[in-house]
Amino acid sequence: MASSVSGATQDSAVSTGNVTRVFIYLVLILFALFYLLPLYVMAVNSVKPLAEITGGNMMALPRDWTLEPWGAAWSTAQIGVSPTGLKPYFLNSILMVVPAVAISTVVGALNGYILTKWRFRGDTWVFGLMLFSCFIPFQIVLIPMARVLGLLGLAGSVPGLILVHVVYGIGFTTLYFRNYYAAFPTELIRAAQIDGAGFFRIFWRILLPVSGPIAVVSVIWQFTNIWNDFLFGVSFGGTSQPVTAALNNLVQSSTGVKEYNVHFAGAILAALPTLFVYIVAGRYFVRGLMAGSVKG
Amino acid sequence: MGFLDISNVTKSYGSVEVLHRVDISVEEGEFLVLVGPSGCGKSTLLNMIAGLEGITGGEISIKGRVVNGVHPSKRNIAMVFQSYALYPNMTVGQNMTFGLEMHGVPKPERDKALAEVAKLLQIDHLLDRKPGQLSGGQRQRVAMGRALVRDPDVFLFDEPLSNLDAKLRVDMRTEIKKLHQKLRTTIVYVTHDQIEAMTLSTRIAVMNKGHVQQLGKPKEIYDSPANLFVATFMGSPAMNIVPAKVVMEGGRPQAQVTDAEGRPILLALEQGNLAGWEGRDILLGIRPEAITDPEGADRNSHAIRSLSNLVTVTEPAGADTFVTMSLSGRDVIARMRADAAVHPGQRFDFAVNMEKAVAFDPATEERIAP
Ligand SMILES: Nc1ncnc2c1ncn2[C@@H]1O[C@H](COP(=O)(O)OP(=O)(O)OP(=O)(O)O)[C@@H](O)[C@H]1O
Ligand SMILES: [Mg+2]
Repeated sequence: MASSVSGATQDSAVSTGNVTRVFIYLVLILFALFYLLPLYVMAVNSVKPLAEITGGNMMALPRDWTLEPWGAAWSTAQIGVSPTGLKPYFLNSILMVVPAVAISTVVGALNGYILTKWRFRGDTWVFGLMLFSCFIPFQIVLIPMARVLGLLGLAGSVPGLILVHVVYGIGFTTLYFRNYYAAFPTELIRAAQIDGAGFFRIFWRILLPVSGPIAVVSVIWQFTNIWNDFLFGVSFGGTSQPVTAALNNLVQSSTGVKEYNVHFAGAILAALPTLFVYIVAGRYFVRGLMAGSVKG
Repeated sequence: MGFLDISNVTKSYGSVEVLHRVDISVEEGEFLVLVGPSGCGKSTLLNMIAGLEGITGGEISIKGRVVNGVHPSKRNIAMVFQSYALYPNMTVGQNMTFGLEMHGVPKPERDKALAEVAKLLQIDHLLDRKPGQLSGGQRQRVAMGRALVRDPDVFLFDEPLSNLDAKLRVDMRTEIKKLHQKLRTTIVYVTHDQIEAMTLSTRIAVMNKGHVQQLGKPKEIYDSPANLFVATFMGSPAMNIVPAKVVMEGGRPQAQVTDAEGRPILLALEQGNLAGWEGRDILLGIRPEAITDPEGADRNSHAIRSLSNLVTVTEPAGADTFVTMSLSGRDVIARMRADAAVHPGQRFDFAVNMEKAVAFDPATEERIAP
C-alpha cells in the first residue's frame, strides 16, 4: 500500500517501499560520515593542546579548547629556516592565484570567441594543439619552463608563477569557452557587425554578458588547480613560495617535536579558499558544465 | 544604373562556384524578392550585398558607390535575419538602438527614432522587455524595428517569416507590404515561398543552382515563365506540363494531346510563332486556373477550347475544387468553382483557356511561345 502511494506521488521514476527507503538513507548517511571523518579529525585536533593528541585518542573531542595552534600556524610556526607561520606564503598564493585566474579566464574567453566566431584558415589545428596542451604532464615542462623563466628574468618570483599557470591553464579555459560559444548563434554576431560593433565591442557587449555560467566554471577550475598546485610552486617559487609549499615545509620539518595540532590548523588554513570557492559557486559549476556540454 | 546594382557577381567556396554571373539592377523603392529552392544561393547573394560574405568576382554598388570590400556597417543597409538575431541580454529598446549607438548618434536622437518606430510597429509597450519574454510575432516586429530605426538605403530580409505559424505568417506578410507602401524603401527579400514572392514583390528573381533563371514583374514570371523550372516552381498547384505534338489544321498550329482513353484531342494554339514546329513535340504548359468548367471560364478570353475527358479525382478545397484528369498520360489538375457539377469516373466538358497556355522546347526546356 505504502509503495503504491509513494509511486503515485513521488516524481522519481522508480517507486520504492519504506523499508528500502530507510535503508538507502542509512547507507548514504554512513558514507557521508565516512567522507567527513578526515575533516572532523583535522578540525578537532587543531583546537587541542599537543599533549592531548600524543597522549590520547585522535577521535575524541578536546577537553581543553585552544586556538593557539591556529595562531601558531598562521604567524609563528617554523617554516624552513624562519618562524613566520603560513601568513606570508598565503599572501604569495593570493598574489599569484588572483591574476593567474583572471588572465587565463579572459584569454580563454577571447580564444573561444575567435575560434568560433572569427574563424580563420587552420583554426581547428590551433584548437587541436591547445587541447593537446591539456594532456601534457607537469613534469615534462619543468626544465624548458625553468629556462624560459630564466631568460625572461622571472625565475623565483610571483610573476613567474603567474606566467606558468596562465600558460598551463589557457588550454582548459579555451576548451570551455570554445564549446560554450559554439552554441551561440553566429547570426547575432553578424547582426552586431551590421550594427557597427567591432571585434572587442561585440565581445564585450554581446558575448560576455551571456558568458556567466562558463566563466564560473573556468574560475573554479583554474582557482582550485592553481591554489592546490605544489610542483610548480616548489620548482619556480624561489623566495616567493605558495602556501602549498610552505605547508609541506611545516609538516615535514625534521627538527623538534611534531606539533600535530599546528599541522592540522595549517592544513585547514591552506584549504579554506578552495572550500570557500566551492561553497559559493559550486552549484553554478555543475550548471555551467552542463550548459557547455549539452548545447555544444 | 540602378539604386542597387549587382553586376556580373560570382561567388566561390574554394573551387566550387555557388553563384554564376548574377546581374540584377534594382531601382529605388523597389521590392525585389529572391526566390528559389533550398541551396540555390539566395542567402549567399543577400549576405554579399550586406558585406557578410566576400565577393569572388564582379561588383555590387549601392547608390552608385561600389561597396566591394566595404564593411557591413558602412554600407547603410539593415538586415532582418531568419532567427531574428535579437541580443538576448538587452531590452527591446536597447536592441533597437544598438546600431544607432554604435554609429555615434546622440541619446536624444536615438530615443526619438526609437519612439517613432515603436509607435509605427505598435511595440511601444514592449520596449523594456527582454527578447526571451516575447512571442514569435513580437520578436519579428522588434527585428524589423531594429532595421527601421537605422533608416537605411536598403533593407535586406532573409526568410523573415519562416519561423512563424501559418496564420501569423500571412498577417506579417500583409504588414510588411503595408510598411513598404508607406516607407517606399528599397528592399531585397529572400524566401523560398513562391506565394510570399508573388504577393510582396514589385520584381522577382527566380534562382536555381546559382543561376538567375528569370528576373521580372510577378505577372511576367507567372504568365510567361522563361523556362520549365520557373513554370513549375512558381504557382500552387504547379503548372500542368503536357507533352504534345504540333500539327497544322486549317492553316493554324494545333497541339495534339490524347485523352484518358488514348483518343487524340486537338487544342488550337493562339501562339502564331509555332508554325516552324509543325510535326515536332513540344511541352504544353497550362495553369490549373486556365482549366475550368464551361460556366467558370474567363469571359474575356477569345480562346476557350472545350475538351471532353474522364475525371479521375475531385478534391474540394473550400473556395475551389481541384479536379484531376489524364492528358497524354500525365495527371492534369483543373481549378474549378466549388459548386461545379463534376464527379469522379464521369466524362466532363472541361473549358481550357488557350490564351494562357505556354509552350516549351522539350530539349532545352526554354519557352518557345508565346
Ligand atoms: N561556407 C560555405 N562553404 C561551402 N559552401 C557553402 C558555404 N555556405 C554556403 N555554401 C553552399 O552555397 C550554396 C548556397 O547556399 P545558400 O545558403 O545561399 O542557399 P539558400 O538559397 O539560402 O538556401 P536555403 O533556402 O536553404 O537557405 C549551397 O549549395 C551551400 O552548400
Ligand atoms: Mg538561406
